[in-house]
Amino acid sequence: MTLRYSDVTPERLYLSRRELMVGAALAVIGLDAGREAAAAPPAGAPLKATPNAAYRVADAPTKIEAATTYNNFYEFGTNKEDPARLAGSLKPRPWHVQVDGLCAKPKTFDIEEILKLAPLEERIYALRCVEAWSMVIPWIGYPLAALLKQVEPRPGAKYVEFTTLKDPAQFPGQKPSVFGGSLDWPYTEGLRLDEALHPLTLLTVGMYGQVLPNQNGAPVRIVIPWKYGFKSAKSIVRIRLTDAEPKTAWNKAAPQEYGFYSNVNPTVDHPRWSQGTERRISEFRRRQTLMFNGYADQVASLYAGMDLTKQY
Amino acid sequence: MSRRARIALKIAVWVVALTPLARLLYGFWMDDLTVNPIEYVTRELGETALRLLLASLALTPLRILFGISWPVTLRRLLGLFAFVYVCLHFAVWIVLDHFFDWRTMGDDIVKRPWITVGVTALLLLVPLAATSTTGMIKRLGGVAWRRLHRLVYVAATLGALHYIWLAKKVLIQPWVYAAVLAVLLGIRAGEAVRKLAKRRRPALA
Repeated sequence: MTLRYSDVTPERLYLSRRELMVGAALAVIGLDAGREAAAAPPAGAPLKATPNAAYRVADAPTKIEAATTYNNFYEFGTNKEDPARLAGSLKPRPWHVQVDGLCAKPKTFDIEEILKLAPLEERIYALRCVEAWSMVIPWIGYPLAALLKQVEPRPGAKYVEFTTLKDPAQFPGQKPSVFGGSLDWPYTEGLRLDEALHPLTLLTVGMYGQVLPNQNGAPVRIVIPWKYGFKSAKSIVRIRLTDAEPKTAWNKAAPQEYGFYSNVNPTVDHPRWSQGTERRISEFRRRQTLMFNGYADQVASLYAGMDLTKQY
Repeated sequence: MSRRARIALKIAVWVVALTPLARLLYGFWMDDLTVNPIEYVTRELGETALRLLLASLALTPLRILFGISWPVTLRRLLGLFAFVYVCLHFAVWIVLDHFFDWRTMGDDIVKRPWITVGVTALLLLVPLAATSTTGMIKRLGGVAWRRLHRLVYVAATLGALHYIWLAKKVLIQPWVYAAVLAVLLGIRAGEAVRKLAKRRRPALA
């Protein structure tokens, strides 16, 4: 089946594309507003990528409207509608990603450089949220390994830590509240180095043929399809190689509920619900959750000999 | 209060209590129940039930604090509407969420404390709804009926606990409901202590 984005692109996005064109036109005649609009490609700007048939789940992709309006991104707020509603406050340009830690060539990359570091591919991955719902999303990016190779990890490097931008002016959900914070900002996540170097682990800059929308983690995020969604850190400003297991945001908030590994596993329940089934967005009946979210063939060997009920 | 005013007030309660349900039905009709409709409908029904239950428990405190007693005439209606929403909430869980997968639901009731307390709260409300008619009040007698209906305090507490336990720890909304309930029950407790002290004093004199 061929995916036609025109079928699933909401009018809002078309409109923002039009704004971009107006902005470009204004830029030509030298108006400030135009220059600003041209500097930051708005969500919905098309992004070219080559489909990679090797990474393509059989199920039909979720509608873009659902994938861009139903988001867990607590930097904007704790409701699923908050990120789409408040996304305008995030400025994805200028943007830099500091890659450092245990590596020979630490470097701060400009986002434009990241976009050109390796050929952009489109991969259609299943996304399984820890809350037992799931989507299918065509992401655009390239393996994180390509970026990590640039900084030459040292032999002592065993883990990778991802840090999301901390800026309450851009992320209203990070503003201190009298009722206490939601999470401990900045959001950090982590992977073992072999997980980070796995070809499935995607450094992601777009989805649905377009620049990554702010509410989905613009301008650059990670996508690890065999782990629960919260492992896939958004709006990344730092990637650090380290010899110690990184502290991760949800693990700090509720250690008995969210482990470091958080691999999708139908046999290990969340303390408050079963992970055996999931609701695919737009489907009525629950479906069975697959081990490693259906990627067992590719990743099960990473965990050989481990007790996944203990290292959840 | 005049008969006409009382009827107008009851109509207002009907309208207010049925609005959340009407909005869900309209959302269903317009296909506008978020992209995860079952989760959304479950949550809306549950929250409405909790709100109505708290509303029904807010009437006695109004009398205690301000001496306004006419709202108490709305208590039965609010309580019954709360029960209706609890039942709808439960029915959606059984039919839409789990589609009669009794085994999974049974496991959940036993294994997950937040579901255990939720189902317990529902069961506690059943005898209260069943004895809500004027005929049942007469048959039970005022004292026994009032004693039985104190179960609503337990049911509401379990309902608030159900919400706290099901939600992520970082969310404050469930605690707001719990705090309101604590105030409403606290006012009653204060009044009970005051009455007890009053009753004892003449005996001592």
